[in-house]
Amino acid sequence: MPHIYWMEIKTEFLKLARMRAYTIFTVLFPLMFYCFFGLAMGQQSMAQQESMGQQGPNRMPPIAMYLLATYGVFGVIGATLYGFGIGVAVERGLGWLELKRASPMPAGAYLAAKGVVSLFFGALVVALLFTLGAVFGDVRMPPVQWLELGATLIAGAIPFCALGLAIGNFAGPNSASAVVNTIYMPMAFCGGLWIPYDFLPHGLQHFAPLLPTFHFAQLALAVLHAPIQGSVGTHLEALVAYTLLFSGLAWILQARGREKMYG
Amino acid sequence: MPVAGPVAELRCITKSYGAIAALRGIHLSIEPGELVALLGPNGAGKTTAVRILLGLTPATSGQAAIFGHPPASREARLRRGAQLQVAKVPETLRVREHIELFSSYYEHPLPFAETIAAAGLAGIENRLFGDLSGGQRQRVLFALAICGNPGLLLLDEPTVGLDVEARRGLWTRIREYVARGGSVLLTTHYLDEADALANRIAVINHGRIAAEGTPAEIKERGAAIGLEDAFLAIMKESSLQEVA
Repeated sequence: MPHIYWMEIKTEFLKLARMRAYTIFTVLFPLMFYCFFGLAMGQQSMAQQESMGQQGPNRMPPIAMYLLATYGVFGVIGATLYGFGIGVAVERGLGWLELKRASPMPAGAYLAAKGVVSLFFGALVVALLFTLGAVFGDVRMPPVQWLELGATLIAGAIPFCALGLAIGNFAGPNSASAVVNTIYMPMAFCGGLWIPYDFLPHGLQHFAPLLPTFHFAQLALAVLHAPIQGSVGTHLEALVAYTLLFSGLAWILQARGREKMYG
Repeated sequence: MPVAGPVAELRCITKSYGAIAALRGIHLSIEPGELVALLGPNGAGKTTAVRILLGLTPATSGQAAIFGHPPASREARLRRGAQLQVAKVPETLRVREHIELFSSYYEHPLPFAETIAAAGLAGIENRLFGDLSGGQRQRVLFALAICGNPGLLLLDEPTVGLDVEARRGLWTRIREYVARGGSVLLTTHYLDEADALANRIAVINHGRIAAEGTPAEIKERGAAIGLEDAFLAIMKESSLQEVA
């Protein structure tokens, strides 16, 4: 039995690693964004910040460090939504999933492989972002804090695995990437992943707490001791609630999809 | 342990999708070593019957069994292989990787080399699925059906869209599988395919078995099927003309 899980994970990894569209979107996009906003713009605002001379235990960290958390969130979510969401939609749409469901493969192996491999690519993005931040953004943290941030980023991807599964059970094979982007991009912007929450327009600031991206980002920022909205506990609760909601949705959608008509 | 009986069985099976009845009381059994063809036009209920035997959809009423076990049970899954109509497998995996993955699902799979030989894939083991021709892809799907060394194959229109050569090639593979002692249920809408392969043909139409017998027996009543196909083709043409 463990052999099946291992084979499933290995195959899922090879499948995605050879898909150029996936690796470019999930790995290069967040890195590029971070270079523009975190590194290039960060240099400027650093000087400004120092002149403002913020003090206190929870002061605003340097931009390169702050955005390391939020672009980390962005990158990890991308890896799961593209890997899980589009993967399931395409494989379901092409009948591949049917063939597997008729085989002795345990359903858990399929989901576990998608999850593990999505998280692996998420971790890869995080590692590369960290390297960029440390080398070019001059981000300095104690080793424990690096690890905490990395672990938070990877664990925070779990609700988005559930969201990816729900999208995969709902979207068609051709429309899946459009559906993912329509959900992912606005959710990233409005949740404060590209621009810090404090700089969002006021209307969006009221709307942001409805989004799972917002709560995930606040948790990652809490690791950096940056000022956050609300408490860590409420953000954790919100993410657990979203995981349950998306899993329920995924379950309902897959049950509905099975009773499609055949001749 | 269930006693030796039919390899696969559908008893009084009905299946409705809302108000639409896809199957209206089907009886069908496949005995060991037999190749049964389920022949009928598109929409007759062939795929629904196969999906019930695969445990992919429950019957509305009636009983289905694979080697005496419920179709969705692990026992049934281990002893059955399938080739589905629309299955396209991921294109960025090699033939070898696909077969090794599927073989890992079974307790007693065929050795890799035997699967390759039985499906006619020698020489292209390391090619990506996306780089294969239509006939080669179909042979990979056939390999996935047989790699677990199952006693029963369910093949849902396995030769649709293949050229003559590829079609004949697959027929040969199917015959070899039966010669090794396997049983097959094959759906098709080609009378010649059923004739070339089957020991027994069950003609299905509008969710009912309209006729059943050896190919010779069915051919005597063949005019009816020919008419049915012609009728459907005309219906299709006329509806297309209306749209245009």
